[in-house]
Amino acid sequence: MTTLTDTILEMRGITKTFPGVKALENVNLKVKEGEIHALMGENGAGKSTLMKVLSGVYPHGTYEGDILFKGNTCEFKNIRNSEQLGIVIIHQELALIPQLSIAENIFLGNEQARRGIIDWNHTVVRTRELLETVGLTESPNAIAGALGVGKQQLVEIAKALSKEVKLLILDEPTAALNEEDSENLLNLMLAFKKQGMTSIIISHKLNEIMKVADSITILRDGQSIETLNVREDQITEDRIIKGMVGRDLTNRYPERQPKIGEVLFEARKWTVYHPSQPDRKVIDDVSFNVKRGEIVGIAGLMGAGRTELAMSIFGQSYGKRISGQLLKEGREVKLTDIRKAIDNGIAYVTEDRKEYGLILMDDIKRNTTLANLGGIAKWFVVNDYEELSVAEDFRKKLRIKTPSVHQKTGNLSGGNQQKVVLSKWMFTGPELLILDEPTRGIDVGAKYEIYTIMNQLADQGKGILVISSELPELLGMCDRIYVMSEGRFTGEVTRDEANQEVLMKYMTKSKAGGRLA
Amino acid sequence: MKTALELVRNNFRQYGMFIALILIMLLFQLLSDGNLLKPLNITNIILQNSYILILAIGMLLVIITGHIDLSVGSIAAFVGAVSAIMMVQYGMSFPVAMILSLLIGAVVGAWQGFWVAYMRIPSFIVTLAGMLLFRGLTMLVLDGKSVAPFPEGFRAISTGFIPDLPGSDGLHLLTILIGVALSLVYLFMEWRARLIEKRYSLEVLPYSFFILKLAAVVAIINLLTYVLATYKGLPNILIMLFVLVAVYTFVMRKTVMGRHIYALGGNEKAAKLSGVKTKKVTFWVFVNMGVMAALAGLVFAARLNAATPKAGVNFELDAIAAAFIGGASASGGVGTVIGAIVGGLVMGVMNNGMSLIGLGIDYQQGIKGLVLLLAVAFDLYNKNKSA
Repeated sequence: MTTLTDTILEMRGITKTFPGVKALENVNLKVKEGEIHALMGENGAGKSTLMKVLSGVYPHGTYEGDILFKGNTCEFKNIRNSEQLGIVIIHQELALIPQLSIAENIFLGNEQARRGIIDWNHTVVRTRELLETVGLTESPNAIAGALGVGKQQLVEIAKALSKEVKLLILDEPTAALNEEDSENLLNLMLAFKKQGMTSIIISHKLNEIMKVADSITILRDGQSIETLNVREDQITEDRIIKGMVGRDLTNRYPERQPKIGEVLFEARKWTVYHPSQPDRKVIDDVSFNVKRGEIVGIAGLMGAGRTELAMSIFGQSYGKRISGQLLKEGREVKLTDIRKAIDNGIAYVTEDRKEYGLILMDDIKRNTTLANLGGIAKWFVVNDYEELSVAEDFRKKLRIKTPSVHQKTGNLSGGNQQKVVLSKWMFTGPELLILDEPTRGIDVGAKYEIYTIMNQLADQGKGILVISSELPELLGMCDRIYVMSEGRFTGEVTRDEANQEVLMKYMTKSKAGGRLA
Repeated sequence: MKTALELVRNNFRQYGMFIALILIMLLFQLLSDGNLLKPLNITNIILQNSYILILAIGMLLVIITGHIDLSVGSIAAFVGAVSAIMMVQYGMSFPVAMILSLLIGAVVGAWQGFWVAYMRIPSFIVTLAGMLLFRGLTMLVLDGKSVAPFPEGFRAISTGFIPDLPGSDGLHLLTILIGVALSLVYLFMEWRARLIEKRYSLEVLPYSFFILKLAAVVAIINLLTYVLATYKGLPNILIMLFVLVAVYTFVMRKTVMGRHIYALGGNEKAAKLSGVKTKKVTFWVFVNMGVMAALAGLVFAARLNAATPKAGVNFELDAIAAAFIGGASASGGVGTVIGAIVGGLVMGVMNNGMSLIGLGIDYQQGIKGLVLLLAVAFDLYNKNKSA
């Protein structure tokens, strides 16, 4: 029998070098049997690399150091090797194949077959059991792509369970989830812990870590800095941040004295229909305004229609049969395409910077100027040198950490990528900036910098509209918060009235007047 | 500071296929007992490949946007056929007929561009349909027969040479002078670029490398014009190709339009959200392809001095191969005009060289296939190594 003090996994002196960079240097990690161990650190600290070493993505021989699992030295050549021992990793990006059913996904690569013929009955029965364990009531034959992100994440976990997992590794499992789904997932982790399973969780969300983790190992710049025992050592969030950034971060949101001016932008009776389901109203009679120098937030659960609202305003890049009025400084503007929106001083920073924000194969400077090539061109001829100095300017102003602006954006960390997207939109000279989840998947240090940029822009008299799923962020940054639920605005609260409870109340207000499940 | 080794390595990646082209030329020069680089044969290589190179430029743009065009051979044949009807049967003057033919190419391109850009039907399918459709129309227009001969002035596009200065004999003096003039323009532009780059305190090539590069390019230009001068001088078609390459290189590298094409190919969604009118750009890239295919069709008809129902078969494959050998990426967003030209020349020189040494068509096809595969594999290997 094992007790809580037994070590299930030990990684000793792990060093991993990529051409030119030392990603990990002498990293040590000790995970006790039956605990939830959090791995924390800023982006680029080496968390994902360490997990890739552990799971055999980087095979034995490409790194230095030892891995001991249950006391035995392991030399994994590939992921299959580590999975055979019960080490299963669930990656940041969901790896389900959207066209296949839940059952097919769960047993992909592990088909329940006899002599090459798949036993579908057995597959479905096993799937049903697994779904039950993770609290899903969906049919095993449901198509995975039709599920919400939260449920897809649970299917991933069910898939891991099907492999008789001893050590479950979750790489930012809640990054794409809303508060409720995150809550669910964390509770599930705690339930698994009760059954004796060991997990490693990588996350940027401090409150989640505080809730579930027993110990925390902090990585910084490829080195293991310390391992904290959450319960015994009375660890606070500030203590963790200090370990991650290497200094005290007294305030997570920069101070600002709002200087709020005239109404800059206004939407009246804005209504948008779904692009492929003609009768479905996605945005229903929404009116709001943003004043100069004001940071306005939009809160809401996933699927409330926040991104759809932003994109429908931004050059009608979402939706059909759009009706209502948009006014800029009191005059009506017709933003029928994205170019017109940009020319009218509106910028939209997408929530999905890799898919919608950046051209990853292009370098920083080309991405910076893409939305305003006219600004560096004369007679449609682009001035490369002008471009270089523009990009260089933004690199310094936004403190983008990169050797040069010739760097491909695909090689940058999340925080730096977000800064490039911000540069792009700042270079268009916008009056109204719509920021959709501006700090998603970004580490604490970079978050603070992004907040500072937002404050600076507001102080320059621009209007800022922030969509965020992190309530503390909205509470910490916004002068006013609109709350959205099922395509409608259900509330508007000022900075002084706002707190998590009030927001949650409006966020879960359904059309029928009751509460959403 | 970069080390010399790093410099060579980086530039080797950039000029890799160009170096390969030179090596292939040297190889066949040896194997063919010096026949490959004879003035007559160099002229031949240019004439033989001109229409593929024209197609390759248009195809490159299509491939950068992430699409493909399988119909260009059929469009070339169709436009060649229509031009033959106009010139041979109706006796239209050739400049008018050419302009009309290019317009027809534009309309055909617009037709395909409409389906690809606005109806969002995969280009593979639209142009596969186009390949069949325009082949059929070609046969219909020609009634299954060849139409010939073309007027002399029209044929001169593909088979003529620039006139010489009065009073020169033996060596084609104007050709040599053009070579010298080009060298001077090139030197001036490189020099100016270097000065500007220094003013913006950018990293520039070390002085010795810079001089070496200039010397190499000037030598190649003048060697080519000299060799051509010992035969009949510069072919007209080479002038046309040069202008096309210069214009398209400029458009792709320096203009807003070019940037939009690359951005669209690199990430359509991000480009769209950055205000690039992605549908419009895609549409015009196909219109451009149609015009280039029409031009290639005219050049081919002029060279053959006939429009035939079988003209242009497999041209699309050569053009696509040229773009890929020249470093274009099948997923879009990557590629250069010069690269596509070098890719086309690799194929062209190999065709010519293998014919010179009497290799059968069976071997030729197989070897070309392997070259295509290896070139792209080499390119991917390099990219992965650098990533």
